[in-house]
Amino acid sequence: MTSPESVRIAQRTTWQTYLSFNTDHKVIGIQYLVTTFGFFLIAGLLAMLIRAELLTPELNIVPRPLYNSLFTLHGSLMIFLWVIPGLAGLANYFVPLMIGARDMAFPRLNAIAFWLLPPAGLLLIFSFFLPSGAAQAGWWSYPPVSLQNASGQLLNGELIWILSLMIIGVSSIMGGVNFVTTIVKMRAPGMGWFRMPIFVWTVLSAQLLQLFSLPALTAGLILLFLDLSIGTPFFQASGGGNPILYQHLFWFYSHPAVYVMVLPVFGIFSEILPAFSRKPLFGYKAVALSSFAISIVSMMVWVHHMFASATPSWMRLLFMFTTVLVAVPTGIKVFSWTATIWRGKLHLETPMLFALGGIVMFLIAGITGVMLGIVPVDIHVNNTYFVVGHFHYVVYNTITMGMFAAIYYWFPKVTGKMYVESWGKAHFLLTLVAANLAFFPMFALGLNGMVRRISSYDPQFAAANVVASLGSFLLGVSILPFLGNMIGSLLMGGPASANPWHATGLEWQTSSPPPSENFEAIPQITGPPYGYGRKALVS
Amino acid sequence: MVMAEKPLSPDVRDRSLFGLMVFLLSDSVVFLSLFVILIAFRFQNQVWLPSGIVRLEVRDPAINTFVLVASSGAIMLAENSLKRNHPWRFRFFWVLAITMGAAFLVGQYLEWMRVGFNIHSGLFGATFFLLTGFHGLHVFTGLLLLITVLARSFLVADYSGVSFGVSGAGLFWHFVDGIWIVLFTLLYLWSP
Repeated sequence: MTSPESVRIAQRTTWQTYLSFNTDHKVIGIQYLVTTFGFFLIAGLLAMLIRAELLTPELNIVPRPLYNSLFTLHGSLMIFLWVIPGLAGLANYFVPLMIGARDMAFPRLNAIAFWLLPPAGLLLIFSFFLPSGAAQAGWWSYPPVSLQNASGQLLNGELIWILSLMIIGVSSIMGGVNFVTTIVKMRAPGMGWFRMPIFVWTVLSAQLLQLFSLPALTAGLILLFLDLSIGTPFFQASGGGNPILYQHLFWFYSHPAVYVMVLPVFGIFSEILPAFSRKPLFGYKAVALSSFAISIVSMMVWVHHMFASATPSWMRLLFMFTTVLVAVPTGIKVFSWTATIWRGKLHLETPMLFALGGIVMFLIAGITGVMLGIVPVDIHVNNTYFVVGHFHYVVYNTITMGMFAAIYYWFPKVTGKMYVESWGKAHFLLTLVAANLAFFPMFALGLNGMVRRISSYDPQFAAANVVASLGSFLLGVSILPFLGNMIGSLLMGGPASANPWHATGLEWQTSSPPPSENFEAIPQITGPPYGYGRKALVS
Repeated sequence: MVMAEKPLSPDVRDRSLFGLMVFLLSDSVVFLSLFVILIAFRFQNQVWLPSGIVRLEVRDPAINTFVLVASSGAIMLAENSLKRNHPWRFRFFWVLAITMGAAFLVGQYLEWMRVGFNIHSGLFGATFFLLTGFHGLHVFTGLLLLITVLARSFLVADYSGVSFGVSGAGLFWHFVDGIWIVLFTLLYLWSP
């Protein structure tokens, strides 16, 4: 077997390259992005089916068990097969470029981590066709609901859900080991910690967070698997077990998971704002270190998901405090971004629009998040659409918009082609309007007491639900200009220069697209990142 | 050096070891979670040993523990021999470690047969078999790694380079050993 470290032929990448077991981090990055975007589209269709059912208060499109499966798989696919691996794809492509490395630390492990994802996703999707149907217990899969197994069959949707998540977990751990080793051990000469781009800082903090919190979910899933398949009593109160324990294990990962998702997006914002303001990032060190502060504090907040789960009051108070504390490091970031664009020479091209839109949306997400961290508010809106609204402001309006910003920003670098600016702007405008139409009414619905995960509801909620549903359909439409733009520009777009945005990062110092080993010669780093009007990054 | 493969550069060896350490830290959180589960169950249940079981027999598992800890010592002696360029002494201690590791697994199997309860014997039975089973899988993986390194040591060798295999497999073995000490203390000495 030839080792990927030794064989470096300058092969031309064709479309077949992307269907093969390739160890080039750039090929793997694209494989991640395209695959996960496919899962994003499927999960989006599931969301529109849910919203179609909710157009009217009555139950009229899908039977209730199928409705349960729809929201379960919508959430699971979006989180575990779009946002987390999609960002891993972006990091895969750009971290080695941004630190001046030729590839990731373990190229073969990198390829294996990617190739675990398609089977995991397909397992989930095809579990719809099992006699039992797909999993129905929601993306958190709490026992005792997840252990009911109404079909009575050993091979049921819930079991497939657990297996699929375990496979994704293995893939994530492989990715985490690879990212951390790459960033710690493979930076170009001269790139000290405080010369790393913020995106690299955020990927490092997110991956460390994942490495030390995901194992708790793995343990929880092993126990859930045993309970479901051979009937052990771990999470069954009747056998002396404790279902609340699962909630602890689940949220010990799944709360930090939100930061695993959002931290790289903060990194993307921190890359794009300086480039399109033609100014250095304000408070670089504070932004860099606040990523680690977020990682550490976010490992100590998980119980805020369980304020209504018979949690003792001292615990409620403690976790309310830590939850509100996360607002400090995130506030530092938002402040720095604002100061970065202050009196900058703003260029409002599509990446910048998506970044600015994402930051404004994040304010709403963050403020409602702090509200939810306050115990009395949380008890009132627990399990209502207020939570759903908050979460979608995080995951769509902030994270997915940030990912679009990144895709537009780096599209010329990856493809060597330029996308169509007017279509990009149309995509942004549609996204901003549609996402707010879809998700803002949920706050009102939740405050008024509409419970989530139900397919028929009280007629008083009808008007807001119609708005939300129409918004979600428009959100589906908003993907069309994006897809058309990407595919059309890839096939017939004009050539892009090596650095169309006048950005300062290392990835812009090489050609578009980058050559097989990224750089002609390993660059020597001599200055800070974002050096507008200051010292250059590379001598 | 005993490895047959083209010698890795010191950089690659260094980053492989670093990556393995990151992985082991992450893996230890799985065990940590399982230990927390054990502790939580213990505190919630006054009586949780399966009916008919008064206490767990400690003597045989303690001997087993001793064998596993000693095998870690054998690994250290093997690595030391390698540093002094004694490949046959390395192989001797390495095989000794493999034998002791295998003896531990056999001992665990006998222990499983002997305890008088099984994974369906309530919460304790399930927890007991989950913890020892999950650890046993790690020991088994470690054995495979050790055997692979041993097999590769007989291939035509380039003794000049540096290699990751010996240090990596050794590190994994020490990790599995360390986890067992905590597990043994919690499961046999503290929780019943």
